Amino acid sequence: MLSYSVALKAILTKECNRFLRIWVQTLVPPAITMTLYFVIFGNLVGSRIGEMGGFDYMSFIVPGLIMMSVITNSYSNVASSFYSAKFQRNIEELLVAPVPNYIIILGYIGGGMLRGLLVGLIVTCVSMLFVDIQIHSYTILIFTVLLTSMVFSLAGLINAIFANSFDDISIIPTFILTPLTYLGGVFYSLTLLPEIWQDISKINPIVYMVNAFRYGFLGVSDVDLTFAVIMIIGFTVIFFALALYLINKGIGIRS
Amino acid sequence: MNTLEPTINGKKTAMNALEITDLKKTYQSKSRTVEALKGISLNVAQGDFFALLGPNGAGKSTTIGIISSLVNKTSGTVKVFGYDIDSDVEAAKSQIGLVPQEFNFNMFETVLQIVLNQAGYYGVERTEALIRAEKYLKQTDLWEKRNARGRELSGGMKRRLMIARALMHEPKILILDEPTAGVDIEIRRGMWEFLKDLNAQGITIILTTHYLEEAEMLCRNIAIIDNGKIGQNTNMKSLLATLNVETFVLDTSPFEGSPDLADYHHQIVDDHTIEVEVKKGQGLNAIFKQLDTQDIQVLSMRNKANRLEELFVRLVEEGKSNQAKGDK
Repeated sequence: MLSYSVALKAILTKECNRFLRIWVQTLVPPAITMTLYFVIFGNLVGSRIGEMGGFDYMSFIVPGLIMMSVITNSYSNVASSFYSAKFQRNIEELLVAPVPNYIIILGYIGGGMLRGLLVGLIVTCVSMLFVDIQIHSYTILIFTVLLTSMVFSLAGLINAIFANSFDDISIIPTFILTPLTYLGGVFYSLTLLPEIWQDISKINPIVYMVNAFRYGFLGVSDVDLTFAVIMIIGFTVIFFALALYLINKGIGIRS
Repeated sequence: MNTLEPTINGKKTAMNALEITDLKKTYQSKSRTVEALKGISLNVAQGDFFALLGPNGAGKSTTIGIISSLVNKTSGTVKVFGYDIDSDVEAAKSQIGLVPQEFNFNMFETVLQIVLNQAGYYGVERTEALIRAEKYLKQTDLWEKRNARGRELSGGMKRRLMIARALMHEPKILILDEPTAGVDIEIRRGMWEFLKDLNAQGITIILTTHYLEEAEMLCRNIAIIDNGKIGQNTNMKSLLATLNVETFVLDTSPFEGSPDLADYHHQIVDDHTIEVEVKKGQGLNAIFKQLDTQDIQVLSMRNKANRLEELFVRLVEEGKSNQAKGDK
């Protein structure tokens, strides 16, 4: 009987080797970008803004910026790795092997989550140069960051399944993911918006992730925490089911 | 239906390594529908060295793709050592080692990483995988290159790497799609010996190739697939026995004019070369006698084409002709 744990470990090792081999492209840029955010938005602009949600602006944006880096890195890792495997056809190594499709999915999103979490940790360390980090709830913090990185790893996988060119894996991050992240309450509290825009913002799933994560740090949230947790679990289940359905059908990978 | 009992060299074997029944594949796109496989059936006996031949676009790669789960079939059944690729997919996949036509490993990974990853996908523990990696990379003369990246290898090394990779889970059946394409003759012959050794160890081998000399030299049974259908499915000896005409090229002492070779259709190539068609049962002695009486000495003689090649070309042409008649 095939040991699925060995197969999963093999995929995870391959994925980690990939992003660690190109660490200058995968780990360094987010650290530099986030340092710039902290210096410009947090320090220079933030000092003139004053308090936000009862905290100084720098403390307020730290959770959002960490979550933003987790989201973009989880997503882009799986999108580029899975699409490259399709492009180079080495995805066939997995398709001919007796590996269940859910193990393939877990292997790829595991790689995406590890990169997202590693980058999140790096950004957290950078943020400690600018602000004293406080933790309100480790449980909510860990739960939110794990599931958010999983959701966006799955989203990256689904993007790569449908992609037919490298352009296709940059369109979604540029035109959908980045605007949703910036409008997801990373830099501001939703309470600053007119009521109609507050309601529209609540369609954005990233709002729930950023706010739940911020609750883990600061103990404040613009949305109901229970509802946010349900939304995050819901997105995880839906995206996993969709990815499994697409891989089972062989869409984009089998002719 | 065109099937064979599981036999090797006329002896019945325990079971079939591969059983394909009424396999169909239709590719559909917005603009057109292509029927790549029109209901093929064939069996490959355990321990066989089997050739699957056919012109480009005949359906060979589609067949291999379906067996190895890279292509979704439209209908029909495929069993690998009795395991159905639909209901026992993991057991069926575990039996197969695939060497595809295109290089499909990660060019940025090292040779060792590539084979170890593959072992992992098949559930081989790391310690065992390292032992096998050394064994198969040494057998394919790649051990010294184990830390080189895939993109740094020559074409021949890449081909051998794909064979080593396919052996890492020690499959019972090895499927090779054009394994020696683009490989120089010395390496090709080395690979033939290696494949013969694997087959002698009991691994069933299915081979597609454009080098018909390769198929004739290695394979015991053969199926010729053309236009999505199996044209011939028999053993190599029986197939070659159906060859009615062979063309020989005679290198002779220089002659003038056109030598007389009664009963033999022949063609003068130049003043010291003649191509002679010899029908089955005609024999060659009469050619030598007739040339001798005309003071022409035969210095050397060779087949114009490999015997299987002649037969293959004839069968494919017959297939085209029958299809053209059908279209009318």
